[in-house]
Amino acid sequence: MEDIGIISYGAHIPRYRIKISDIAKVWGKDPDTITNGLGIIEKTVPSPDQDVATISVTAARAALLRCVINPQDIGAVYVGSESHPYAVKPTGTIVGEAINATPILKVADYEFACKAGTAAMQTCFSMVKSDMIKYGLAIGADTSQAAPGDALEYAASAGGAAFLIGKEKVIATINETCSFTTDTPDFWRREGSRYPAHGGRFTGGPAYFRHIISNAQILLEKMGTKPSDYSYAIFHQPNGKFPLNVAKMLGFTKEQIKQGLLCPVVGNTYSGATMIGLASVLDVAKPNDRIFLTSYGSGAGSDAFDLTVTDQIKKLEKNKAPLMSEMIKNKEYIDYATYAKFRNLLQLE
Amino acid sequence: MRDVAVIGIGLTKFGELWDKSFRQLIAEAGSKAILDSGVSGGDIDAMYVGSMSSGRFVGQEHIGALVADAAGFSHLHIPATRVEGACASGSLAVREGYLSIAAGVNDIVVAGGIEKMNDVSGTAATETLATAADQEWESFFGVTFPGLYAMIARKHMHDYGTTKRQLAQVSVKNHFNGARNPYAQYQKEIKIETVLNSAMVADPLGLFDCSPVTDGAASVILCEAKKAKKYCKEPIKIIGSGQGSDTLSLHGRDDICTLGSTVHAAKMAYKQAKIKPKDISVAEVHDCFTIAEILAIEDLGFVKKGEGGKAVENKITTLDGELPVNTSGGLKAKGHPVGATGVAQIVEIVKQLRGEADKRQVKNANIGLAHNVGGSGATAVVHILEAL
Amino acid sequence: MLDGVARFWREIPQRYNLIGNRCGSCERTYFPPRETCPYCRRKSLGKMKEIKLSGKGKILTYTIIYVSPEEFSNQAPYPIAIIKLDEGPKLTAQIVDCKIKDVKIGMRVQSTFRKIQQDGNIGAIYYGYKFKPCRGKK
Repeated sequence: MEDIGIISYGAHIPRYRIKISDIAKVWGKDPDTITNGLGIIEKTVPSPDQDVATISVTAARAALLRCVINPQDIGAVYVGSESHPYAVKPTGTIVGEAINATPILKVADYEFACKAGTAAMQTCFSMVKSDMIKYGLAIGADTSQAAPGDALEYAASAGGAAFLIGKEKVIATINETCSFTTDTPDFWRREGSRYPAHGGRFTGGPAYFRHIISNAQILLEKMGTKPSDYSYAIFHQPNGKFPLNVAKMLGFTKEQIKQGLLCPVVGNTYSGATMIGLASVLDVAKPNDRIFLTSYGSGAGSDAFDLTVTDQIKKLEKNKAPLMSEMIKNKEYIDYATYAKFRNLLQLE
Repeated sequence: MRDVAVIGIGLTKFGELWDKSFRQLIAEAGSKAILDSGVSGGDIDAMYVGSMSSGRFVGQEHIGALVADAAGFSHLHIPATRVEGACASGSLAVREGYLSIAAGVNDIVVAGGIEKMNDVSGTAATETLATAADQEWESFFGVTFPGLYAMIARKHMHDYGTTKRQLAQVSVKNHFNGARNPYAQYQKEIKIETVLNSAMVADPLGLFDCSPVTDGAASVILCEAKKAKKYCKEPIKIIGSGQGSDTLSLHGRDDICTLGSTVHAAKMAYKQAKIKPKDISVAEVHDCFTIAEILAIEDLGFVKKGEGGKAVENKITTLDGELPVNTSGGLKAKGHPVGATGVAQIVEIVKQLRGEADKRQVKNANIGLAHNVGGSGATAVVHILEAL
Repeated sequence: MLDGVARFWREIPQRYNLIGNRCGSCERTYFPPRETCPYCRRKSLGKMKEIKLSGKGKILTYTIIYVSPEEFSNQAPYPIAIIKLDEGPKLTAQIVDCKIKDVKIGMRVQSTFRKIQQDGNIGAIYYGYKFKPCRGKK
């Protein structure tokens, strides 16, 4: 059986940060209660000239800098997000043009709340497996909007990652992927509506936990593995607490999820969340490390992946693009007023 | 090539002229010039008018014909042409008129310039002025017109040690002169602190480093030199006329701190006039921003490259200095109705050479120079005049 | 107001990928691409070759725009610079990911992909190049 998997990867998070405590103070909440309760210290904020297209292009270009392929050999680009710049006109074509992969290229934009990016990965994986394409580029990125004063405002942030999938010089083999999907309305945004709405505590048990746990158990059974067989585990991270809880419930340890848990210092990058978590893991992973990734998208569904890092990872020129740790350190704080201006919270006529 | 002289001049007040329309302004400047010249309407062979953007400011193109009509000449059916070169449109109109007489095609020509900038919002005016820059590769990316000159200023400060204070002195000097010019938009002297503390527009240029948005018109009557004395007591001869071009974008220039178009236009004019820079008694130069005046006195050859700031500091260019520059108040204090500026500069030089500059009179002024620039230097026009 | 989109679509290769061209006669590099080389003129007709620029260069001069066009008002004040690319051509662009006080003449910069403008809330979005400080010592 051929090795099919990730050939290269790239990620991007914006430079600006706002402290969760600063947001809490604006709404008259106790900063410590919020910060500790959510397990988030600060989150990324996109500047007015950044959006899902620019983040996707930056992540994609980072992936291509790290390996040596002809971009014309990329057969498909799929971008998953819930904050695509256009409601109609794909982000994927902008990315395709910006990485010189056009015009012989299959493109579509994906949407499934926070798991749109991992769905794109599954599609690229299957297209490479069926020999329809040589390389596929799967991107998950978001600059998600949250209503001012809503609980989501503490977490909704911006960022994304891109994964180049193929058969040659694979750095992380995708051993298996599976999904668990139901019609569960835990979090949504209606057409024409500016901000998402959600079911409060309903987003926990019946939504996030049910789908991740069910899907993870299916994958473990399919692979005949136990949590301790994995070096790293990455779970969707809407806040800093849920992934800790779900890991414990499944039998994974804090050490296993640490490298891939970025929410406390980055926030929830929605379609980028598990993707940048995986990028962070690949930044440090060694050959033969086994990775367990389970994403979650409201509405609802989960995609799980079992990956094994290969020797090829040593040959990848990782330092040609910034590592997650470098991007996390490279930051500039802004206050709530600037945040409101950048995020267009002030309605201008 | 025949010789050409200016036999009449006309000017409207420059400022926010709410009561005056585009047509009224050009008619006023034109009729004043014709009265001053002693010619009658029927003597005029052709009209040339400069306006940077009548289309965007008042929604009107085809203004060559409009100006002839507004002046009452439409039944004479004379040729009437609009000329455009951004902020150099006015002097280009004069040059086209001059060339037509020098070449023997016309004997008497009206050359005018007009801009009516206050009928649109401040934002719209700024955006229209930005069309003088490279729209695709400069304006599109967020640089403003003041931003372009600010980048020149920053480089000049970096390479030659020019200071913000020296830039401010240009503004103070021009306001001093403007206070003595009844046609100027600003009639008050200002203190250097006002300039240094003014609100930032594009670092290092503040509000008082920038010329204002202005309405106004100016006009000159040009005549074949031999015929000139028939109409006018004191014709002022154009002894040199030069024009130069350069890349539209500032980034395309060979040297950001040198306007190659000015150097070329000046060389042309000096050569034709058979004089050197030191022979100039008084000059009107294009100070759309304070740094532009410093660049101008260098590129026109009055001082060495890089020494413009020091020259201003040493008061060489004040009203009673070695070489008075912008006795009218310059674009800064007189105002800058874009298309009219080039013509208004020539009007001031003619006044100086005729001895009619009143409180701004430069003693023994016998050769004057007018320098007009389009955009950030893509076009430049230089005229040198001498009392006959 | 919906501007014509063709004008900005045409320049996507330049704005996204810094595609310039090189004179086949004298090897001078141009950005944006030119129909002919100003130095070789007719000798260069039909000999201009497309070339992708690296996006690396240094700041020749800059300003901080305080009074900006309307489309840029939520970013003001912002730095704009004239940048000399390593291959020779110069261009004008915004500097991003850098504190205003850290922008300097001579600073090494590299291109990055950002939103430049948009045609109101219903018109098209135009992406292109801005420049950020080079990573490390490059």
